Amino acid sequence: MRFGTEIVALSVFAFAALVAAGFGVDVPFRQHMWVLFFVLTGFTAILLRNTEFKPAAPVDPSAYMDGPIRYGAVATVFWGVVGMLVGVVIALQLAYPQLNIQPWFNFGRLRPVHTSGVVFAFGGNALLCTSLYVVQRTCRARLFGGNLAWFVFWGYQLFIVMAATGYLLGITESREYAEPEWYVDIWLTIVWVAYLILFLGTILKRKEPHIYVANWFYLSFIVTIAMLHVVNNLSMPASLLGSKSYSAFSGVQDALTQWWYGHNAVGFFLTAGFLGMMYYFVPKQANRPVYSYRLSIIHFWALIFLYIWAGPHHLHYTALPDWAQTLGMAFSIMLWMPSWGGMINGLMTLSGAWDKIRTDPIIRMMVAAIAFYGMSTFEGPVMSIRTVNSLSHYTDWTIGHVHSGALGWVGMISFGAIYYMVPKLWNRERLYSLRLVTWHFWLATLGIVVYAAAMWVSGITQGLMWREYNEQGFLVYSFAETVAAMHPYYIMRAIGGAMYLAGTLIMAWNVTMTIRGRQREEQALAGSVSALQPVE
Amino acid sequence: MSYDLMREFADSWGLLVMALFFVGCIAFALRPGGKKQADQAAQILFKDD
Repeated sequence: MRFGTEIVALSVFAFAALVAAGFGVDVPFRQHMWVLFFVLTGFTAILLRNTEFKPAAPVDPSAYMDGPIRYGAVATVFWGVVGMLVGVVIALQLAYPQLNIQPWFNFGRLRPVHTSGVVFAFGGNALLCTSLYVVQRTCRARLFGGNLAWFVFWGYQLFIVMAATGYLLGITESREYAEPEWYVDIWLTIVWVAYLILFLGTILKRKEPHIYVANWFYLSFIVTIAMLHVVNNLSMPASLLGSKSYSAFSGVQDALTQWWYGHNAVGFFLTAGFLGMMYYFVPKQANRPVYSYRLSIIHFWALIFLYIWAGPHHLHYTALPDWAQTLGMAFSIMLWMPSWGGMINGLMTLSGAWDKIRTDPIIRMMVAAIAFYGMSTFEGPVMSIRTVNSLSHYTDWTIGHVHSGALGWVGMISFGAIYYMVPKLWNRERLYSLRLVTWHFWLATLGIVVYAAAMWVSGITQGLMWREYNEQGFLVYSFAETVAAMHPYYIMRAIGGAMYLAGTLIMAWNVTMTIRGRQREEQALAGSVSALQPVE
Repeated sequence: MSYDLMREFADSWGLLVMALFFVGCIAFALRPGGKKQADQAAQILFKDD
């Protein structure tokens, strides 16, 4: 019977969720378990409707396993739209506080839905599906472990749903980017270990002797995230049937553990993983090998050795010892070098084919991503300097910095990878429309520019207002006055975010039509005519 | 193991081992004859499809 074990296991877990919904010691936990119960029951029902008693057709062990990657590509686009939509909503909530709907949809609960939604749901699915795509094609081996890839994919979606619904119900560990409570953390650990086995198993059965550099980046991302996630979430639940847990660390140790996690989530989730994407999809789309393979190796090791120490720059001027702050700052500044080494490597891959930026909108998107990688990895080290940080910390400048990295680098390189993969995964000749890719590119780029510029101005204004003293030594502005000064920038930010979201919606349409096998009749883009014009 | 002992180890032998490993990685990438192998490795992704 197909899915026999899965159906039995899901039913058992659904029943356990129902029991927990009945006996939970706090109301949010009981509500959360009801959510889990309905999700698992729904999933069981779907599997029951698709089960068969005929033996399944034998799989060709030499063919690539692309099913989970197709689902992952769709999930990436779907969660991208959801996460960015929530982002626009919370941007508007900051500008117009009346939009806070108590208690489930106020800013405090929606904000982690946005951050986890774009980082872990959109970015995570992008990494999951591209890593499985790349590892098979560069190892020339089918994914390891049969249905393990399906478990990883669906298990990860369950994590996303449980995390997001938990936030809305008010369940949180209050650790930035690690808000899910202990039971959701345990589930993610299980899924992540399965992901590691899946990825490593595929590398071990490779037919290509050398492990291509993109896989090194992906593997470092998987291993480091496992380590960060486990250590940062070491906690003791108050009850096995409750939603509250207490961290294993306290005070400044707790803060440092959190920011060791937080900054390396940026370094290994949002950087190393997406660099893996860059090292595969940019050469493929440009149809030329990476500029310097040896530079990519140096880029890799330098990034690994330096990034892990940069976390303390989030705790300047706190109870953290000065030497630790200085250490974090020094390593953050050193990080500039490997980051720019990688950026140059990515950009120079196009050397001799620069015209592709004009003629190929997907390459243009990837190049913009690499350019934003360069910009935000320059801005980051600057902001980590203690004196600069005294102005920028806790202000919107930080938000602007994060978004130039997240929207510019992570978003754009993922869009490029999706545009590259989707026609190949569904055996389509080409995308539904290249002109729509151009529209997406410009909406996204202009959206980021509006967003980042508004946040720079707002952040520096805010920072200067907070530290403005009069001649008697009193603060000149009350906090509420600094908030009022932010209002126009918050509106601009929402506009920039909405433009970026509009671009993503265009991508969703383009990808949907490509999957359905449609091709838009449109004029070729300027310069994309491959035939040479005869000389007069 | 006490914190002080760990700290002592981390900023002496630990630091040395990591620094040497890092330098070794860079040196290995830049070794003579490494370029040919690297250029071959850069072509891996074009062997397929």
